[in-house]
Parts: sequence; structure tokens; C-alpha cells
Amino acid sequence: MLKNLLITLFACITAGLALQVQAGGSILPDIPEAQARFSEAQGCVRPTEDMRRNHMKYLLHKRDLTMHDGIRTTQISLKGCIDCHVSSSPDAPRFPSEKHFCNSCHTYAAVDIDCFQCHADRPLRDAQGHFVVSGNEMQQQSGAGNLHMLATEGDAHE
Amino acid sequence: MSEETGIDIYRRRFLSGTAKAAAGLAVLAPGVFLHEVGQARPADQAVTNKVRWGMLIDSGKCAEGCNDCVTACNTENGLTGHGRPLSDPQWIRKVRLRDKQSGYTQTLPMLCQHCESPPCVDVCPTGASFKRADGIVLVDKHICIGCRYCMMACPYKARSFVHEDLHDQKPYAPRGKGTVESCTFCVQRVDSNRTPACVEACTAENHGAMVFGDMNDPDSEISKQLEQYSSRQIRGDLQLNTGVRYRGI
Repeated sequence: MLKNLLITLFACITAGLALQVQAGGSILPDIPEAQARFSEAQGCVRPTEDMRRNHMKYLLHKRDLTMHDGIRTTQISLKGCIDCHVSSSPDAPRFPSEKHFCNSCHTYAAVDIDCFQCHADRPLRDAQGHFVVSGNEMQQQSGAGNLHMLATEGDAHE
Repeated sequence: MSEETGIDIYRRRFLSGTAKAAAGLAVLAPGVFLHEVGQARPADQAVTNKVRWGMLIDSGKCAEGCNDCVTACNTENGLTGHGRPLSDPQWIRKVRLRDKQSGYTQTLPMLCQHCESPPCVDVCPTGASFKRADGIVLVDKHICIGCRYCMMACPYKARSFVHEDLHDQKPYAPRGKGTVESCTFCVQRVDSNRTPACVEACTAENHGAMVFGDMNDPDSEISKQLEQYSSRQIRGDLQLNTGVRYRGI
């Protein structure tokens, strides 16, 4: 009797799991497509397996090179990753969302990253779709009217 | 077409050479040229101490009431505030100097002076505050713990602490809560052979009060002006050898 009950219970759980997977509720990460391919043969700047395992090492190494030596190559670069992997559309998922490129995997791997407390979590493009590389392009575009300005005048005596 | 003589070929080469040289100069306004700053450094080459970036500010040309440098800095680096001037970040500010006896007033922009011997770097316990080989003083926010010793040490009150969560920072100018920040000479622009946003804004307004360039290069505009005119360092008595020099104070 008990054995029959257990078998029925097991069958129900298995069927439930199968249903869940079919309904798209897979526990595997749902990684958004990149905006472009690096080359015909290769999707990313390094082979995907390599990037999955080692991207954090590449980024950490490059972080110090950029910060201290001013080396601004684009292949290994957090900004480069974001420019390609995240859409600049205002409706695109923002960082804490599981649908954001970085967080899609990090949620699965239970890794909490703080990159986006400072870094932009999506690319900034102008009206023509070009990446904005300086505030001046923004100024020409928006007239800089909506920015809250911090100008203060103080007195100083030497 | 007639046959080219040797002299024609020579003239053609000479003219194409001068055309290329002229292309290196961007015309901002009649009679105002923006010289290409320094030699173009390839993106994969580290900065070196052959270059020392500096700025010369002519207080006599700095117009009272003009805030364009401050506005340009805030736009470029995405500095937004909460309407709290005491704690909102500020990388460059206009300062008014007044002679108490004569009442003569003048204004000047005050920013990180990018000292050769920066007190902020001396006191930093983590190495976050550092000077790049080309003389630009920066904060590596990855290792800044927000202790604010550097803010205490700076004689120019040039640094700010980010007290509140930030959103929508510029991709080229990352900033975040809990770290100290200050003028970077717009390092992202300097690394791509452009001048800082404040200098560009001042030049665009035809004030021309700010000159930026390589102080190690004797042919740069800033070196020529430093040689030609009297200039001084603010708090020169501290012997910090600042990268920002002032004329007319």
C-alpha cells in the first residue's frame, strides 16, 4: 500500500518537473542574444567556453591596465561587453533583472557582482545609433537642458 | 593632361605634406586653433612620463558669472546632484577672489591641481589614490574604501565623496557611492587625444581662459605660454609642483 503511494507520488513529481521544463521554466539561464557577432566563425571575442570560464580574469586584468596605464583597447573591456551584449533600448532589462545579460548567468551561478553600482549597465547611443563616447555629443543632442547643474560660486581668500 | 616634370612631383608632395599638417589643426573659431595634444598614443600602449599633462588658466580672461566650464564638466562626467551643495559632488568650481583693501574682484575655476607630489596619494591607505605616469591624479574606485583621508589632505578642497546611490552613470565615466572622486582631466578624452570638457567649453565661448597640453613638450601651446608669461601655482609654498597653473592672480 505504502509502496504504491510512494510510486504514485514519484510519478506526480516527475510529471510536474517535466511540465515545468516544457513551460519554459527551466532552471538553466536564459541568456539574451548578443547584438552582433565578432566574426563569421566566432560569436564572441574569445571562444564561448573560454569566456564563460575566464571572463572575470580577463576583465580584472584589463581593469588595472585601463585604470593605471590608460590602455583602452576594446576587445577585453567591460564597456565592450555591454555595448555588444545589452540593447540600448529604454525597454531593455536593466541590471538587477534576471533578463539582463550579465545577471542571467550570475543569478543561475549565485554570483553577486557589484560592477554596475558604478559602471553603466547598458550602452549609450545617440540618435544615429552611434556609441556616445563623450558628454559633448549629448550636449549637442539634448541641449544639456535636462541635466541638474551643480554650479556653485564660493568665496575664497588667499 | 600634360606630362609631369620633376618639379611638379616635388610640388605635389610638398603640398600634400602641408595639407596633412594642416589637417592636424582643428579650427574652432576664426583665428582660434585647437592644437592636437601631444603625439597620438596607440590604444594598446601604456602612458609614459614623457608626457606631463597640465593646464594654464588665465584669471584675467575668466569671465565673472560664466559657468561654462562647470556645466561642461557636469555634462561630460554625468555629475548630478540632489540640490545639497554641501555634499553634492563637484569636480570644478568657480571661485571669486576679492582684494579686501581695494575691492578688486576676479574669478577663476578651481579643480584638482594634479600635483607632481600629491598629498592625496601620500595619505591613501589602500593605494586607490594614485598618479598616472603622465601626471594625471586619479582615484581607482575599485580599491577606494571611502575613508576620505585624501579629502582631508588636499589643500585645494578638490575632492568629493559620493554619498548616495547613483543611477545612469556615463559608460565612459563610471562613478559610485562610497568612493571619493575628483577632476580626472577628462582622462577618457585625453586618452583619445582630446582636451578636457572644461577647456573645450571655455574655448568654444571664445573666452580662451584655459589652455591644456603637455608641459614636457617645449612646442606645446601651454609650454610656450608658460615660458612667455608670468604664472603661479596656488599654494606654491607647499612645493607640490601643480599641473594647473594660473595667470593674473
